[in-house]
Amino acid sequence: MRIARINTKNNLNGGDDQDLTLLDPIIDKYRGKTGNLIPLLQATQELYGYISKAAFEKLSAGTGIALSDMYGVATFYAQFRLRPVGKHIIKVCHGTACHVQNAVEITESLQESLRVKDGETTEDRLFTLESVACLGCCSLAPVMMISEQTYGKLTGNEAVKIVKNISLAEKN
Amino acid sequence: MAIVTVGLGSCGTAAGANKTYEKIRALKESERLDFELKKTSCVGMCYREPLVEITDDTGTYLYGEVDEGRAVEVIEKHINQHEPIRDYIVYTDLFDAPENDFIGAQVKIVLRNCGYMDPESIDEYEARKGYQAIKKIAAEGITREAVIDTVLKSGLRGRGGGGFPTGMKWKFANANKSPVKYVICNADEGDPGAFMDRSVLEGDPHSVLEGMIIAAYAVEATGGVIYCRAEYPLAIKRLNIAIRQAHERGYLGRNIFGIEGFDLDIYIKEGAGAFVCGEETALIASIEGERGMPRKRPPFPAVSGLWKKPTNINNVETYANIPWILIHGAEAYAAYGTEKSKGTKVFALAGKVRHSGLVEVPMGMTIRDVIFKLGGGIKKDKKFKAVQMGGPSGGCIPEYLSDTIVDYDSVNATGAIMGSGGMVVMDETTCMVGVAKFFLDFTCKESCGKCTFCRLGTKRMLEILDRITNGLGEEGDLEKLEQLAYQIKDNSLCGLGQTAPNPVLTTIRYFRDEYEAHIRDRKCPAKVCRPLLTYTVDKEKCTGCMVCLKNCPVKAISGERKQPHHINQELCTQCGVCFSKCKFDSIILS
Repeated sequence: MRIARINTKNNLNGGDDQDLTLLDPIIDKYRGKTGNLIPLLQATQELYGYISKAAFEKLSAGTGIALSDMYGVATFYAQFRLRPVGKHIIKVCHGTACHVQNAVEITESLQESLRVKDGETTEDRLFTLESVACLGCCSLAPVMMISEQTYGKLTGNEAVKIVKNISLAEKN
Repeated sequence: MAIVTVGLGSCGTAAGANKTYEKIRALKESERLDFELKKTSCVGMCYREPLVEITDDTGTYLYGEVDEGRAVEVIEKHINQHEPIRDYIVYTDLFDAPENDFIGAQVKIVLRNCGYMDPESIDEYEARKGYQAIKKIAAEGITREAVIDTVLKSGLRGRGGGGFPTGMKWKFANANKSPVKYVICNADEGDPGAFMDRSVLEGDPHSVLEGMIIAAYAVEATGGVIYCRAEYPLAIKRLNIAIRQAHERGYLGRNIFGIEGFDLDIYIKEGAGAFVCGEETALIASIEGERGMPRKRPPFPAVSGLWKKPTNINNVETYANIPWILIHGAEAYAAYGTEKSKGTKVFALAGKVRHSGLVEVPMGMTIRDVIFKLGGGIKKDKKFKAVQMGGPSGGCIPEYLSDTIVDYDSVNATGAIMGSGGMVVMDETTCMVGVAKFFLDFTCKESCGKCTFCRLGTKRMLEILDRITNGLGEEGDLEKLEQLAYQIKDNSLCGLGQTAPNPVLTTIRYFRDEYEAHIRDRKCPAKVCRPLLTYTVDKEKCTGCMVCLKNCPVKAISGERKQPHHINQELCTQCGVCFSKCKFDSIILS
């Protein structure tokens, strides 16, 4: 259920430390235009990685769109995040082709190795682990995508290795 | 001069084609080699990626699985010494190569340009008869009615899944007069297991634009929107390039193609991740910036669509067909296919099939031929069990019905649907109850929540399936599932709810014995549902490496180094870690 997305996990999250002046050009661009809400939220998320409580309030004040409308739209679409995310987002594909080729193993191995659950962010803020419906690379199933790069024909161990390499590169 | 072309679609890139391209580019520069290096998109042979095509004065050769190492070899031998490497060539029209049949058995209309040109070049598109259809309409003064008539006569039906005649849609949108009208391209390919729209957008964005321009002309639209999934960044990038190029040539803008008063702008609207937005009224709500919830029809979008104006919505593949039909004529298109399903259809082959990728075949081919002749059969020579068609709205067609031909009506008769053309192949190791549960989990999450039966009914069905796969199934569960399924179908507003139970209904219909094995015998015949399995050690194969022992989270495994291990069944939680960690296949599932 899409309504299940409105739960405690998605409760609005701070954002007091964000530089909200960055939002001014976005608000100017979309103010008064019909159908602007989704692009507005997409641009905000592009900026901060998620949409914070403070950002929601500023957008609402700047555009006149009711907070309730914004929250309604933001919780409807899977793309919008209301909590901070890690530097790299690991999207493990759980489309049909990946499912029948053991995508579950990829997610489970990563959960174990990163010590997070699906949808959570690692303590060092490097990775957020997500399950997605289909990345459209079914011929290379099972696949995952880390920051625009797609990795195919994976096993659990390989997925863990790839993530560890990124982690090492980040720490050096 | 030879031309070297590297396939850089999403699938190629994932297989490492960028590295291959860079390697060849570096070689060309460092050794000052004399050939032209070009980029193209996916030719559909995803299972052989990365692909490199070399055209020289002797012919065209397609090399498969070209990693950096092979790239060096191929350039050295083929370009420098003029000796093609036969072992690496997968397709050529000069001699017998392993994949000649794969290409030869196809009829490429939608995919006519994919993998054969640089998708970022409008010149190459025009060189392949691009924008000829709309230019012909303008030059010969073909009327809107005549264009619609051609599309009607071609027999083209909506390729997004509904199968509604495209010409009829256009006729309705044309009939509703309004100074402002819209054409929309539905590129929200949400169906997991289908990727033909991505491939067309990445490989041939201009043909989709041209299809939209022709539709806009036919229905007198003044604005166009492409609603594309945000998960397809490369498609969006290439569409943006195509739109910019079309503007530069005056193919978009005011009085385009010299037709007085024909003004058209097209922009891209990025979806935000909601499967239900593939439904046309939900898609419109989403473009308007609302929650993507469907509304009652009528009024249909052709009467009151985007911003309450008459709107024509077609899918990517449908639009890509249009220019071809206008150039070659309705009869040429209708010559392919069956009585009620004309033309070709692109299928995305995936799952346990050898050749996963995209194939375009005339309607009317049997499912068996698609899977075995083009798909190369089942991986690892396992037994073909079923094919899933139509994604979460479709169903599983069992092996014994695989002589069913692919056309809208024959596929519908099996309980599945044609859908957008995803074919996920399953073998004996796929649990059909698990597949039904997988799809229901998907639709349950994606239900927008508007209709009670869809919102709660899918949840209740999922709970029952969850119990069954956990070994807690009860007598009467199947009847309950069927009852709920029909209630959901009858009481949901949109296609999502009306079709959500299909995967469950078809699997119960064709694989009832598997459900019963789960419920009565607490067994999973495909050995997939972990709570129903017993894990034991094959004493012959076990080397005593202690890997499973160290990884077992509940310490159920005991044994000494170099001695066969033992699993204590009372402690074992069937988590499957030992099975996935063992390198010697010595964990037995039963």
